[in-house]
Amino acid sequence: MEETKKKEDQSSTHKIGIYLWIWGLLFVLSFFSYMVDWYQFQGMLRWSLILFFMFLKAGLIMAFFMHLFWERYALVNVLLWPMTAIACFIFLMVAEFKYTLFTRLLYFFVGG
Amino acid sequence: MSDPKIEGYQLKPGFKGMAADTGSDQTMFKGVHWGKAMMWIFLLSDTFVFSCFLISYMKGRGSTPVEWPNPSEVFALDAFGVPVPLLLIAIMTFVLITSSGTMALAVKYGYEKNKKMCGWLVLATALGGLTFVGMQVFEWSKLIHEGVRPWGNPFGAAQFGSFFFMITGFHGFHVSIGVLFLFIYAYKVFAGHYDERKRGWFTTMKSDYVEIEILGLYWHFVDLVWVFIFAFFYLW
Repeated sequence: MEETKKKEDQSSTHKIGIYLWIWGLLFVLSFFSYMVDWYQFQGMLRWSLILFFMFLKAGLIMAFFMHLFWERYALVNVLLWPMTAIACFIFLMVAEFKYTLFTRLLYFFVGG
Repeated sequence: MSDPKIEGYQLKPGFKGMAADTGSDQTMFKGVHWGKAMMWIFLLSDTFVFSCFLISYMKGRGSTPVEWPNPSEVFALDAFGVPVPLLLIAIMTFVLITSSGTMALAVKYGYEKNKKMCGWLVLATALGGLTFVGMQVFEWSKLIHEGVRPWGNPFGAAQFGSFFFMITGFHGFHVSIGVLFLFIYAYKVFAGHYDERKRGWFTTMKSDYVEIEILGLYWHFVDLVWVFIFAFFYLW
C-alpha cells in the first residue's frame, strides 16, 4: 500500500518547464487578445480572433494548470460532455434574442 | 497505473479504461482523491451558473434596439492624460494569470513536499488575488461615479449596468472567497499541517498536499471564468 502511494505521488508532479511554458503562452495570448481591441479590429475578424484566443487560453488552463491532460478519461468525459448542453442553450437563446429584437423593432418603430 | 484502493488491480488506459472505470464497482474516478472529484463536480455546477449569466447577457445585449455602450471607451483609463482603452482590465487580466501561474507552481512544489516554496507561492497567489479584487473595487467606484447604475447609465443601453455588476460582482465574490482560503492554506502550509498530516477542521481527514491541488483547481477556475468575461464583456 505504501509503495503504491509513493508511485501515485510521483505521477502527480511534472517538470517545471511545462508550467513556465504554459504561463508564458497565456501571457502572450492575453497580450494578443488585448491587441485585438488596441488596433480596433471590427466585424468577423474581431469576433473570430477573440473566440480563438479565448478558447486557446481556456484549453491551456484546463489541460495543464488543472491537470485535465493527465487525468483519466472517466473524469475528463464527465466534465466536458455537459458543455454540449451549454452550447445547445446558447443556440436556443440566439434564436430567442433575434426574435425579441424583431418584435421590438416591429412594435416600437413600425407600430405593428 | 494500478488502482490505489484495490491491490493488484490494473487500470486500463484510454477509452477502454473509461468504459471499465465507469462500469466498475466502488469508485468511478480511479486514483482521484474524493475531495478533488467533488471540487470538479462543484466547478461543473459553477460553470453552469456563470454560463447562465453570460448567456442572459448575450440575450439582453442582442435583443435591445438601443446601442450598447462601447466597452473600450467605457473602461478606458487616463494614463498621463491620454485615454488608453481597457488599460485597467488588461492589467487585471495579467495579474490574474500571474497568480494562476504561481498557484500551478505551488501545486507542483506541494507534491514534492517542498514546504517553503509551496507556502510562499500560495501566499503570492493570495496577494495577486487581493490586488485583483482591489483593482475591481477601483473600477466599480469609478463607474458608479460616472453614473452607471443597474437600471441605467449615460453611455447607452440601460441593461449594461445590471449585467456588468452582476457578472463581475459574482466573479469578484469568487475571487474574494478564493483569497480568503489561499491565506488560510498558506498558513496551514507554513505551520506544517501537511507534513505532520494534522487533522483539519470539521473533518476526520488527515491533511495532505492534495488539498493544495484542490484549492488550485478552484483558483484556476476563477481565472478560467475571467478569460470568458474578458472576451465576451470587455472585448466583444
